Amino acid sequence: MVLNTTWARRWVELSAQTVSEHRVELIELDRAIGDGDHGENLDRGFTVVLKKLGEAEVATVGDVLKLVATTLMSKVGGAAGPLYGTAFLRAAKVTAVEELGSEDVVALIEAALEGIVARGKAEVGDKTMVDSWGPAAEAARTAAAAGAEPLDVLRAATNAATAGAVATEPLVARKGRASYLGERAVGHRDPGAESTALLLQAAVDAADE
Amino acid sequence: MAVTTALVIVSHSAALATGIRDLAGQMAPDVEIAVAGGLEDGGLGTSFDLIEKALDQVLVTPEVNAVILTDLGSATLTAESVLEFRDDDRALLVDAPLVEGAVAAAVVAQTGGDQASVAAAATEAVMSFKGSGSRSANAQPPAAAQAGPVPASVLGAEQPSTASGSMEQPAAGADRGSRIVRSVTLRNSDGLHARPAAIVARIAAEHDAKITINGVDASSLLSLMGLGVPGGADVEIAADGAGAEAALAELVEQFETGFGED
Repeated sequence: MVLNTTWARRWVELSAQTVSEHRVELIELDRAIGDGDHGENLDRGFTVVLKKLGEAEVATVGDVLKLVATTLMSKVGGAAGPLYGTAFLRAAKVTAVEELGSEDVVALIEAALEGIVARGKAEVGDKTMVDSWGPAAEAARTAAAAGAEPLDVLRAATNAATAGAVATEPLVARKGRASYLGERAVGHRDPGAESTALLLQAAVDAADE
Repeated sequence: MAVTTALVIVSHSAALATGIRDLAGQMAPDVEIAVAGGLEDGGLGTSFDLIEKALDQVLVTPEVNAVILTDLGSATLTAESVLEFRDDDRALLVDAPLVEGAVAAAVVAQTGGDQASVAAAATEAVMSFKGSGSRSANAQPPAAAQAGPVPASVLGAEQPSTASGSMEQPAAGADRGSRIVRSVTLRNSDGLHARPAAIVARIAAEHDAKITINGVDASSLLSLMGLGVPGGADVEIAADGAGAEAALAELVEQFETGFGED
């Protein structure tokens, strides 16, 4: 499937599905090194997003992402609300088109990363969702530069995000509640990095249907 | 002076937010303090919508502004997100200890402090409530706060220590070069509480002189209150500079007339 507005809607639907399916896993990851609300927050947030999307008129990919942004911002709570909210809002600004080309995919991911860094001020290595978005942006850039098709750019980004999430396991956290835990955070995957990988996988799955 | 700055307390916990509002409100009966505590369903967490509502509650006119204090991480992130969405520079988010900052901010807001003074009071609050105020020999100013330039009137500045209590000068003060020292009795039964402290701070700020009360910077409202001088106690006023004599005269008059209190 081309990465158009229909795809974007499907991405949101599969995102809601994956956060629901992985709700307990995300709660447990967050309970281990946080305050235990990540899975619940995302599930609740995306449930409201689905409902609003059903009622909304959207023309561009950006319209879909903006709706996701404003809903997550006010319905998710925790750190994920403002972080994902800002990410999707910035991504929406650069995807005001009906179909994404390879450069648009890169722009989407880079804008999301910028938004998260602007809000949360984390760097790669801090054991946060930036450890997924950072590698994702880099992989997207590399793939697009090598002439990959939009979906393959997205796929490269997603694979990098997934690897990035796993790579958070041995890290000591330098941001968020986990940063209070010191060495006790080691061995646990960061829940925000994991949910990022899940959301990007949902984007690929929506296109592969 | 009119109260123009309101406070917004943002916490993951509704109980914590309202508790801090009540505590800070004790010293600031005319200051609007709004809360955004917990989630809309009553659970622990931060709510974008509740923060928006709290800001709407206090920012009722263009003249009113607000200082926002938060507890941890996501409360700060969410408050920042609300401000980014609103694009309204009447609200300022400060990086301050929540309890001490709220109390200090409320006190300064009650005396008519502007947004910058209220913000500075919050961010400097850790120092003001530390032991015996700013006379601690190891006291260091905290690292740069988000509040911007800090008005001298609320800084708990280090002052050279004076030999307090050993300078009984009932008549005109002794001269050490341009420095004048005078001992006076605090007649107010409630001691050097917020109202008289605010008067002292205002007088100190209005004169071209460096003034201390028992060694602390007299232009710092919070340092003065931190002294905890009880009614009936003697204090030592030291003044240095061109306006020293005038400042001292005004201060002595206030002390001796009990700051207009019964």
